[in-house]
Amino acid sequence: MTAITEPEPATRVPPNGDAALTVRNLWKIFGKGSDRVIGTPDADLSRADLKEKTGCVVGVKDVSFEVAPGEVFVVMGLSGSGKSTLVRLLTRLIEPTAGHVEIDGHDIVSASESELRDLRRTHTSMVFQHFGLLPHRQVLDNVAYGLEVRGVGKKERRAKASEIVELVGLKGYERSYPDQLSGGMQQRVGLARALANDPSLLLFDEPFSALDPLIRRDMQNEVIRLHHELGKTMVFITHDLAEALKLGDRIMILRDGEIVQIGTPDEVVGAPADDYVRDFVSDVPRSHVLTLKWVMRDPRPDDDLTGPTMPCDTIVRQAAKAVLDSDLPVRVMDNGEVVGIVDDEEILRVVVAEESHEAASS
Amino acid sequence: MTTLATRPEPGAPAPVEAESRGSVAARRWAWTAVIVAVWVVVWKVTEGTRTLALPGREHTDLHQQLTEFRDSVLASRDTNPIVQATYQIGEWFVSVFDWLTRMISIPDFPRPVPQIGWLGVLAAAVWTGYAVASWRIAVLVGAAFAAFGIFGYWSDSMDLLIITFVAVAVATLIGLPLAVYYGTGGRVGVGIITTILDLMQTMPTFVYLGPIVLFFGIGASAAVVCTLIYALPPIVRIAGHGIRSVSPTTIEATDSSGQTARQRLTKVQLPMARATIVVGLNQTIMAALSMATLAAYVDGPGLGKPVLRALVKNDVGGAFVPGLLIVLMAIMLDRSTTAASERAAKAARGGADPRIRRIVLAVGLVAVGVCIYLSRTYTWAARFPETEVGPKSADQVDRFFEWFTGTFDGVTGGLKDFVTSVLLNPLQSLLAESPWFVTAAGLCALAFVLGRGRALVAAVVCLAGIWYFDLWHDAMITLNMVLVATLMVMVLAIVFGVWMARRRAVDLALRPLLDAGQTIPPFVYLIPVLALFGPTRFTAIIAGVVYAAPVAIKLVADGIQGVSPATLEASRSTGCTTWQEITKVQLPMARSSLVLATNQGLLYVLSMVVIGGLVGAGALGYDAVLGFSRSEEWGKGAAAGITIVLLGVMIDRICRAAAAQDTTGGADRGLGSRTRALLRSRAPLGPAGGA
Repeated sequence: MTAITEPEPATRVPPNGDAALTVRNLWKIFGKGSDRVIGTPDADLSRADLKEKTGCVVGVKDVSFEVAPGEVFVVMGLSGSGKSTLVRLLTRLIEPTAGHVEIDGHDIVSASESELRDLRRTHTSMVFQHFGLLPHRQVLDNVAYGLEVRGVGKKERRAKASEIVELVGLKGYERSYPDQLSGGMQQRVGLARALANDPSLLLFDEPFSALDPLIRRDMQNEVIRLHHELGKTMVFITHDLAEALKLGDRIMILRDGEIVQIGTPDEVVGAPADDYVRDFVSDVPRSHVLTLKWVMRDPRPDDDLTGPTMPCDTIVRQAAKAVLDSDLPVRVMDNGEVVGIVDDEEILRVVVAEESHEAASS
Repeated sequence: MTTLATRPEPGAPAPVEAESRGSVAARRWAWTAVIVAVWVVVWKVTEGTRTLALPGREHTDLHQQLTEFRDSVLASRDTNPIVQATYQIGEWFVSVFDWLTRMISIPDFPRPVPQIGWLGVLAAAVWTGYAVASWRIAVLVGAAFAAFGIFGYWSDSMDLLIITFVAVAVATLIGLPLAVYYGTGGRVGVGIITTILDLMQTMPTFVYLGPIVLFFGIGASAAVVCTLIYALPPIVRIAGHGIRSVSPTTIEATDSSGQTARQRLTKVQLPMARATIVVGLNQTIMAALSMATLAAYVDGPGLGKPVLRALVKNDVGGAFVPGLLIVLMAIMLDRSTTAASERAAKAARGGADPRIRRIVLAVGLVAVGVCIYLSRTYTWAARFPETEVGPKSADQVDRFFEWFTGTFDGVTGGLKDFVTSVLLNPLQSLLAESPWFVTAAGLCALAFVLGRGRALVAAVVCLAGIWYFDLWHDAMITLNMVLVATLMVMVLAIVFGVWMARRRAVDLALRPLLDAGQTIPPFVYLIPVLALFGPTRFTAIIAGVVYAAPVAIKLVADGIQGVSPATLEASRSTGCTTWQEITKVQLPMARSSLVLATNQGLLYVLSMVVIGGLVGAGALGYDAVLGFSRSEEWGKGAAAGITIVLLGVMIDRICRAAAAQDTTGGADRGLGSRTRALLRSRAPLGPAGGA
């Protein structure tokens, strides 16, 4: 592999207290006597061993992370990795076994039934893989459901709902019933329902897995657009790495309920935490994800340092043509300082390695 | 993909060392054969000794004690708070019933006619048909009501409708809250309800009647109470199931919007389960109708009465006309509730223009008012004009059956003789003419081979109970009839089930017939069969077969249709013949449906064979009927009722245990859990089996 310089750890985690979502030491163990596992040596056993010994299954194991306001935080893992359990723990659709969850400064785990209900009504919304729409209600009333249970009057909630319906591009379908819509449109309804509450935190549980690829791409772009327009904090669950890389400001990779790595897309691809992650990202077109920071080298004495400059977070693919066209090595800049240089060789190493990898794997 | 390849797949089951299922089954059959062979040998030498036969009107001390118990309950009527309470409830039902009959059925003194005459009732019924469903249903309702009058059974028909609706109203009031609990409650509570419902539904209808008469007296109150008890399980079970099976994703999604438990129930669970709840209501109405006709046995008012009167006199023509009206009423109720649910679904989705409908309804309401006024004022609109249609049709029917039996005597007689000599007599001889302990040992051994320990326990407990109640010989005769009839049912079920599953046209043609067959109250089946075969045990068996066949055929057909088309295609690609395809792929893969069909068949047949006690089937059914028709036989009748329950429970438990044996063998039996679920939520012993 290429010589890659270890980057600084991610700097986007905000200081304590300002986070939109804080999760500390969160556990979920399914099965009888699950509350007696934590704190004992059993807690360190692997999932299979614990199952063997106590009959309990670990869903989420000692997970901690923070999400900044406005951030898109992607949780990814294979099926059974605990990601869907994790997202349900955040609003206690599943009761956590132990740990701490805070949304906008509100403690979720210790909230009473009615406090929790209020939090769900006003602070969070969730979009589900299988939509979970009410088949006996029109689109408009599905979207307005959250407002309805909150006690908002019919006229007001319908007005608000039709605004949101228009926002997600379903204008004209207000009076349709869910089973008259395609899968992608149904998920737009699910998205609209989540937005209608005007939550500060949006949770997505593999929302696009049930959709076909073209629709999925549309919906991903829709989420990017909405994020751009509304700036909501999002926690997005997916098993699709491409989706994670496309949407995520940061990505958290789970395996058997444990965090394997948290990092920005280029960190995950450029510096996988272990073989598991490396294996995961091995098919990713690296030039599409990595930035110049990952491929640059230190200037050698014989380098000509008068070439063009580029910011260090330029993605390799976008930089490739300029670098190859330039006779001189390109200087990589960070905060106005030269941090390294990139020449044809560095670019080609990424692009060509990819080509040969693809050739080998196809 | 280096590391991925070495990781064992999570959740992959460990390879299980299991004995080949084929050899288990083969051994089971071998053991069965051995047991039967030993039994036959023992029977040869001991035949006719210690059979515990109890001829005709004799009873034992136990039966006498039961009768005395009844007498003491009756004597304590003024002091015993329980009996006082039940009589109070009974009186209340009677007063509601009486009030309603004076409204529409019988003269309300001093008026020589009811408050509302036939014209007003008919108009109101037609209007209701249009209001809840469509004009087509309105026409059907109108035709049905007209037929009630034209055939001369207006008053009986109204009584039957009143009993049915009073019982359904009460059943719904009690049943819906229970259904909500059944659909949302915790495991323990639901388990208790399930057990009680199971018990209620395994009991042949007849068995309720004895104790109900004791606590509620005879007549309208007993009719309402037994109908209510019989009609309650479907709505609890089906509506509860509907509520329980609302998509968990939707529940979760709406929960995450922050709804309260109450909002979840009223805005999500109930609306989404609405269609299923209406199906439950439909089944409850049909069950109520069938029980309300049977209530004639305890002097319940309604169309059952003339049927019963005629059946006792072996007067086929006389039973046929009211029987036909019962069928008509069943079809009318079934079609209306089904159409009402369809209309409700359509209306909820903004169907046709409601304005026209509203105008028609308003105009119709005025017309109904006019009709009611007319029917209160003029005699011609109050009392249905007498016609000769009823008696004439009865004569026609009599003549037809005379001609038919005269012409086809060879066929019907031949069938009867063949089944009697080949199946009925030998098996009865084996079951009932062996010494009782030999039969008991044989049955226990068979139970153990088929269903292991669980079945053995059930067999031992139930046989001990049957022995205790001193009707062993009668019980074995009844068991024999049940087994023979079930065998016939299963032959029909497999032949027609396979045919329906393999030919879509056959399915399309037969299914409506089978559906209709399931809505007909069981009582009515006796009439044509009685005409063809006369009053013998064979009549009861055939009636049982006819009654049980629709549900069994449908179960088998559904099971075979559920076999994965990919498997069929694969077997075809190896060059299977049709016969091989049926015997090696379809039937084995639909095996759990066959088990379920057998179980259902047994229970349906049992209840019919008991009802058939009246028309010559004898044995337990006759004892039971005698019990609530003759005061001094009450004890024996009660013992017969309990024995019937024990037989039913034994048959049911052995079947379930055998099915469980079948399905615990391998984890790959996808149908196993489904069958278990179906066995648990089994349809009731009545026409309501089609849920």
